[in-house]
Amino acid sequence: MSDDTLLIALLALPFAGAAGALFFPANARNAEAWLAGAIALAALLVAAQFYPDVARAEVLRSEFRWLPELGLGFTLRMDGFAWLFAVLVTGIGFLVVLYARYYMSPQDPVPRFFSFFLAFMGAMLGVVLAGNLIQLVFFWELTSLFSFLLIGYWHHNAAARDGARMALVVTSAGGLCLFAGALLVGRIAGSYDLDRVLAAGDLIRAHELYLPALVLVLLGALTKSAQFPFHFWLPHAMAAPTPVSAYLHSAAMVKLGVFLMARLWPVLAGTDAWIWIVGVAGLCSFVLGAYAAIFQHDLKGLLAYSTISHLGLITLLLGLNSPLAAVAAIFHTMNHATFKASLFMAAGVIDHETGTRDIRRLSGLARFMPITATLAMVAAAAMAGVPLLNGFLSKEMFFAQALAVEGPSQSMDRALPYLVTVAAAFSVAYSLRFIREVFFGPAPVDLPRAPHEPPRWMRFPIEALVLACVVVGLFPAATVGPLLDLAARAALGPATPEYSLALWHGFNLPLAMSVLALAGGVGVYRLLKTQLARGVERTPFLPPIDARAVFDRVLAAVSRRWPRALEAAVGTNRLQPQLRWLAVLAVVAALGPLYRHGLAFGEGASPDVDPALAIAWVVGAACAIGAAWQAKFHRLVALVLAGGAGLVTCVTFVWFSAPDLALTQLLVEIVTTVLILLGLRWLPQRIPFAWTWAGARAAAPRRLRDLAIAVAAGGGLATLAYAVMTRPLPETVSRYFVTQAYPAGGGTNVVNVILVDFRGFDTLGEITVLGAVGLVVYALLRRFRPARESLDAPPQQRKQSAATAADDVLVPGVIMRLMFPVIGVLALYLLLRGHNLPGGGFVAGLTMAVALILQYMAGGTRWAEARLDIQPVRLIGAGLLIAAATGAGAWVVARPFLAALAVDVELPLVGKLQLPSVFVFDVGVFALVVGATALVLVALAHQSVRSHRAPQQP
Amino acid sequence: MNELVVALAIGVLTGSGVWLLLRPRTFQVVIGLSLLSYAVNLFIVAMGNLRVDAAPIVQAGAGADPAAFADPLPQALVLTAIVISFAMTALLLVVLLVARGLAGTDHVDGREPEA
Repeated sequence: MSDDTLLIALLALPFAGAAGALFFPANARNAEAWLAGAIALAALLVAAQFYPDVARAEVLRSEFRWLPELGLGFTLRMDGFAWLFAVLVTGIGFLVVLYARYYMSPQDPVPRFFSFFLAFMGAMLGVVLAGNLIQLVFFWELTSLFSFLLIGYWHHNAAARDGARMALVVTSAGGLCLFAGALLVGRIAGSYDLDRVLAAGDLIRAHELYLPALVLVLLGALTKSAQFPFHFWLPHAMAAPTPVSAYLHSAAMVKLGVFLMARLWPVLAGTDAWIWIVGVAGLCSFVLGAYAAIFQHDLKGLLAYSTISHLGLITLLLGLNSPLAAVAAIFHTMNHATFKASLFMAAGVIDHETGTRDIRRLSGLARFMPITATLAMVAAAAMAGVPLLNGFLSKEMFFAQALAVEGPSQSMDRALPYLVTVAAAFSVAYSLRFIREVFFGPAPVDLPRAPHEPPRWMRFPIEALVLACVVVGLFPAATVGPLLDLAARAALGPATPEYSLALWHGFNLPLAMSVLALAGGVGVYRLLKTQLARGVERTPFLPPIDARAVFDRVLAAVSRRWPRALEAAVGTNRLQPQLRWLAVLAVVAALGPLYRHGLAFGEGASPDVDPALAIAWVVGAACAIGAAWQAKFHRLVALVLAGGAGLVTCVTFVWFSAPDLALTQLLVEIVTTVLILLGLRWLPQRIPFAWTWAGARAAAPRRLRDLAIAVAAGGGLATLAYAVMTRPLPETVSRYFVTQAYPAGGGTNVVNVILVDFRGFDTLGEITVLGAVGLVVYALLRRFRPARESLDAPPQQRKQSAATAADDVLVPGVIMRLMFPVIGVLALYLLLRGHNLPGGGFVAGLTMAVALILQYMAGGTRWAEARLDIQPVRLIGAGLLIAAATGAGAWVVARPFLAALAVDVELPLVGKLQLPSVFVFDVGVFALVVGATALVLVALAHQSVRSHRAPQQP
Repeated sequence: MNELVVALAIGVLTGSGVWLLLRPRTFQVVIGLSLLSYAVNLFIVAMGNLRVDAAPIVQAGAGADPAAFADPLPQALVLTAIVISFAMTALLLVVLLVARGLAGTDHVDGREPEA
């Protein structure tokens, strides 16, 4: 098989397995384990296939086109470093699956477990094999997501849910930072491709955005690797099933941060900022984690803090800015994965077979489970850095580097060896405590279960990993040497230093530090033994900060309190502040350009003022202000005044050569007035209250503020309008429309030609909106429930008697009925002449709707509907179909949608007639406007019929 | 100075409209929007040239001189705007009637303000 296929297979296998695992029945523990184990083993074998290639220091790439416009491909990239991690992920994954088969109880829904587990493995491989930064971040977030699901696997358990949520919030927030950092790095390097980024190290370190990019990337790495001060999520994640802890929280996910720092080491490391951030975070985690681990009573809690501490050690190594230290970091990553995974599994075995993980209750287990005890002791010794085991080797390298460090601060350089020796002594102490208190001493009393050895195959993964610890510890150069070599070469590139992997380097300072740490650890443990036996509840000498309480408080602030405050300030619960913001923003947005470019009036003002226009607008302005003033208590007056302002606007349109606008405005005015008149009936009665000084004073600030906004908006728009009107008109597309209206559009009314021909598509969209509004109004009013106090007939109506009511409107009613054919013909006339003279589908449609509503007003709803059969919904549909079909008709003759055509029609009596397609289009507009307007008016008019029915039933 | 008259008209209509827009009762908002739409329509037409006796209706056949007519483009835009604002007024009116029926108040927030 080709490398491309193999790489894809490596990534796809776990995801395919995850999907497949879901289809097993809930109790298929064996089948699930077989499937997951087979997948993990197959992935391991596929990864192993690549060894000959990566051993030749080759970089395998396989690219697939994804978003070439953005310079993004889906790239899988395998080099020695990625290979090492892929082998760790799949190999330990396989062992953990085997272990989980025995760990999970028959009651647990295992399909979910193994499915998430495999998906997580796939996500890990995705990160490790990512060939570009965006892809890396994507899989990175995927690991956070699956780790959330795995930690919260026992979701009936509140601690599991809280731990899962905390892990997700911390790591995915870090992931978002990493995303931003990756974007910055990609921008600086000019590409997201990993190879090109790795080659751009000097460019990136010298760039002014280096520091923000570094901080963002490190936020991602440090949160994922549970480094100080983001370490607090890891102990809470221990609520997960132990296989998950063994895999995610020792071997796989928490190593991602370290992986990323090592991966980008050639690009980002080497600066003082790097040494300060990475080094200090690592040192703090190393020292504090080891110290806190001593005081944990939960076995997994102890291991969690120990993990924080060891990851701190690795981080510190990476932060030392020395290639040799980076090699040691990679080496310790492998060693830690082996001994810590086996310790977690041993802790799980103890939990499984005794029913508790509390160190204070456990004792003397060595006599009940001797093999497990021996294995755990060897692994713990490796963790403590006892010679002949792998932990010793990497710790020696670490000590040597701590001695050789040359950082930006002399005092830090000098203090470092002492600090790390103390921390190493702490790790000896907690390892010793683990062994001493769990496996030795008197037999345990009062355990939930009688302790015994686990099943043979549950122990096997621990045996395999412990064997690795011993073999690597004894023969480092022969076993792990080549692997470390190819990983280090791939990660560090040409900076890879010479180093020697050997058990014995002679009597030197690192050895002395090891001995000191071992002795010191034993001393610390002896000192604290009695205190620990009393059961201290918290870690002494550290400030009593409950990270979880802080986290909860921060989360509550971020997810509840701040959003609520923000919502109260700018939320959509209240309309008035929103509209106020909108108005203020509009004014500010207009002021911006004015401030930058200044305001200049042109010279084009006409010399004198037309008195008629001025008088019309004195009336118009009075109407507008009056409407604004009266709209609260005198709605009818306000409606009439607003109509007055509308009429003056209409007159202005006529004045300034816009007859089409004037016609439309006039008709819209009529229909709107009728509409609102119909609606007024359903609004609550508002009785003016007595004017008081106190009331006026209370409302004054609010009113003054609104008045200021209104004046600013009005004044601003007036100034703008005046400035534009006095300037010469620039050349616009209007020239084309005017010159081409007749030759190309076949009509002399330019406005109508623009609407139905040049911009026909806009008009199609517009009538669609109109139709939709009609339907929405109809739908809203079908279930209309008027307020209770509006149900009774209004006082004006009650004053009339039924007999005289008809007489009151007799004369106007007869006139209105007589007008129906007249208005109908007028509508038809306006429709027909629209293309050449003012008129058109809109105006004609509105006119027709007015004719219809007049019949409702004259005779009442029942009378009108007994005589007229209007189907507004059908009219809307027909209009839209006619308009769209006319547009589509152009396709028949291979012209674009809505292109204007002319068809010659032979009619009897009339003779030959040229029928332009735009006329048919306008007929569609006409039908739709009639339908939509009539639908709205009739639906509103019907309310009085419907609501009268109910209360008038005796 | 006809330009000044129109500009002032736009200003007064806008001011009245914005003032009503910021009021608490739904009916005031409907009237405010309608006043504001007059102002905006006038404003858009004013963006072309204000010409008396120059309706954009050309002679059939002859080549038309654009300088002889009022600008037809803002007029076409405004014609659309008038129709759409009619539709929106209708919709708003019905929404406020339904909201009044459901909430029992004609306050824009659907409930009377506290205190």
